[in-house]
Amino acid sequence: MSTASVPLPAWINYGAIPLLNLILAFFFSGLVVWAIGENPLEALNFLIQGALGRGDAIGFTLFYATSFIFTGLSVAVAFHAGLFNIGSEGQAYVGGLGAALVALSLDHYVPWYVTMPFAIVGAALFGAAWAFIPAWLQAKRGSHIVITTIMFNFIGAALMVYLLVNVFIVPGKMAPETRTFLPGGQLPKLDWLMALFGLKLGPAPFNVSFIIALVMCYLVWLLIWRTKLGYEMRTLGISPTAAVYAGIPYVRTVIIAMLISGGLAGMMSLNAVMGASARLQVEFVAGAGFVGIAVSLMGRSHPVGIILAALLFGILYQGGADLSFEMPNITRDMIVVIQGLVIFFAGALEYMLRPGMVRLYQTATGK
Amino acid sequence: MSLQSSANEPAIELVGIDKKFGAVHANKNINLSVGKGSIHGIIGENGAGKSTLMSILYGFYHADEGEIRIQGKPVTIRDSQAAIAAGIGMVHQHFMLVENFTVLENVMLGAEGGQLLAKGVAGARKELKRLEKDYGLEVDPDAMIEELPVGSQQRVEILKALYRGAEILILDEPTGVLTPAEADHLFRILEVLRDQGKTIILITHKLREIMAITDTVSVMRRGEMVATRKTAETTVAELAELMVGRRVLLRVEKGDANPGPVLLSVKNLTVKDGRGVTMVDDVSFDVRAGEIVGIAGVAGNGQSELLEALAGIRKPVSGEILIDGKPVESADPAVLRQLGLAHIPEDRHHMGLVLKFEEYENSILGYHHDPRYGRGAMLDLDAIRKSAEEQIEKYDIRPPNPRLKTANFSGGNQQKIVVAREIERDPKMLLIGQPTRGVDIGAIEFIHRRIIEMRDAGKAVLLVSVELDEIRSLSDRILVMFAGKVVGEKSSDADEQTLGLMMAGIAA
Repeated sequence: MSTASVPLPAWINYGAIPLLNLILAFFFSGLVVWAIGENPLEALNFLIQGALGRGDAIGFTLFYATSFIFTGLSVAVAFHAGLFNIGSEGQAYVGGLGAALVALSLDHYVPWYVTMPFAIVGAALFGAAWAFIPAWLQAKRGSHIVITTIMFNFIGAALMVYLLVNVFIVPGKMAPETRTFLPGGQLPKLDWLMALFGLKLGPAPFNVSFIIALVMCYLVWLLIWRTKLGYEMRTLGISPTAAVYAGIPYVRTVIIAMLISGGLAGMMSLNAVMGASARLQVEFVAGAGFVGIAVSLMGRSHPVGIILAALLFGILYQGGADLSFEMPNITRDMIVVIQGLVIFFAGALEYMLRPGMVRLYQTATGK
Repeated sequence: MSLQSSANEPAIELVGIDKKFGAVHANKNINLSVGKGSIHGIIGENGAGKSTLMSILYGFYHADEGEIRIQGKPVTIRDSQAAIAAGIGMVHQHFMLVENFTVLENVMLGAEGGQLLAKGVAGARKELKRLEKDYGLEVDPDAMIEELPVGSQQRVEILKALYRGAEILILDEPTGVLTPAEADHLFRILEVLRDQGKTIILITHKLREIMAITDTVSVMRRGEMVATRKTAETTVAELAELMVGRRVLLRVEKGDANPGPVLLSVKNLTVKDGRGVTMVDDVSFDVRAGEIVGIAGVAGNGQSELLEALAGIRKPVSGEILIDGKPVESADPAVLRQLGLAHIPEDRHHMGLVLKFEEYENSILGYHHDPRYGRGAMLDLDAIRKSAEEQIEKYDIRPPNPRLKTANFSGGNQQKIVVAREIERDPKMLLIGQPTRGVDIGAIEFIHRRIIEMRDAGKAVLLVSVELDEIRSLSDRILVMFAGKVVGEKSSDADEQTLGLMMAGIAA
């Protein structure tokens, strides 16, 4: 028997170990900062201040976190069914097309709260559609989903550039983007929510899609742990042979799981397209789909964990941008290195500290 | 001979060995002394601590306390290398052989003797010849492992240990994969080894083997060494009682079968495995209501594939399966369950259970669409946990905690979870594969009684097992499978030798 099977209380598993991993990640990031000749503590201060110091900083942090919650949920749902969806990036991108089409068609006629439900459905449908082909290929032909979803990211990117340059571009303009949505096609900012805490949102694009993201967290929790479909997905994800034994249809379960995953990724565009820029732009996803993989990994594919991990990455994104502004020596690339270290320690080395914690726990409890 | 061998000086002594894994006290103050040139059996239920003790001896684990003495001298065994150096060889339950290497290459692996192979190969070949002559371990040194029968593969494992100079040989459940004839062959080899002065420790849960081959026997129960006996001076009944801690019924008590109409019928069924090899070859038989039909055979002769085809897990190439006289159109496990076919699969770890699930989640596997467990798309967790608690109580599943992760139950209790789930659905037909593999005696008795009850309640039961004793004591009719074909049918009073020969494909 190894220490891997020794049960630990939840506060160690989900509290102490991730926290220690995070401290280690920051420690090594500090070493990197120190090596390029800057003061690590000062850098940390800039990072925290930049992410949480002011109302607009918090607004930006939460805005990023909203995108990461959607993509994190997307990766987590597929992961529960044993599928590694690397394609959230592309599904979010194509999902933006669905959101934009709804916004462009309705913004002249109805207020935002009428547009919103259609936009949610539109974004989810387009995201799901982009996940469908890889899902079908996996389920029917055995083409590995990791490969096909990566390829579909590229295909999606090319498709979107083509559409924006040739179809949606505003005549006479140079930028490959749609026209700006009217207020009826925009998701309003949550300045009232910030005001409750005495904070001013300022220019930060923190918007209603944050609430949609939280609702989706609850729905995903319900799906995974309270529905028959979720039970079937988890059985398939943990033990494909047991799923066969139980008569769980592989093709159907794989395709449905991927459609839900793609739909959640697509909803990320509500935040970026309708909440922030109020138009569909090239490259608006900006890596949020890939961050979703790290967020899901760190959050142990659980909605609560995903919210916490998304907040952490929101802080790193927003605080990192501020940090490289304040300390020009620390370039954007250095920020990516720090994010990489967080993913490395909190995700990949998740179990590194566990044996030690088990021994410590056993000694402490005298067992 | 047994009396004299234990009088010899001890080859190996364990003094006060103690080992804890967290809250689990796997070995409690174990004292054991095995005489040189004797065969010593260690018997006990699953989870009694046999494997832990042997793993300590072989350097996989380190004892928290206690001392190991070999030929009277205290030794520290840090790892398996140190164990080999101390003259201890281990034959694992699952062979540690490289399938696409020859016998010679496997024997040499890790003991090549230098950077260039040629010299080592010549030496090894010579040494192998000598071992073969001295101990009667005949195996072709140039045969590929994957082409050898299981019994020969096991001999290669023994050769590996002897080649490394083992004086003490530990065999962990060595007969699990062997035919009766192969097991007899193994026992003859072990006797020769003993007569040549080797010391052998045999770990098993089969009482028959202990009686047949050992000189002395120790019984383990719940981490303790509860007794050591000279084999000649004990009985099967005494050992069984020592193992379980209470009196055990060794024979299954059952009345005569009262067969009714045919419920399950198989006609000219042919099944291929993933590689396209025909595993079930034109097999036909019937199972009636109120009878148990046993399928005997050495593992790998098509029983598993037959069972999987009947359960809808594997698609047959040709042939027909009829339930209640009606042909089954699409053999899907979910459809078959609705037709009243329950299935206790051979492999509970990969099929019957999802080990990472909590117990109550496994109690509905395959039946999660049952309206009792939830309406519409939702699961009713309260109802599921309540029904899981009822099953736990009725089947005495321990610990009685539906929220415990399934992997943390013992093998016997895991099997009870599966048995409870499948039987409590009150099916019309029951497919059972290896119902008591890796299950302790107490649970075996319990599971056997449930199977008989199902028969007496008029269910059609098809039983596949590699344990001939189990087949003989439970079945009303016995079909023997060899190389994918049913080679004969016998009544349950057929003697072991006849069945053994049929299983080996020699006589029909």
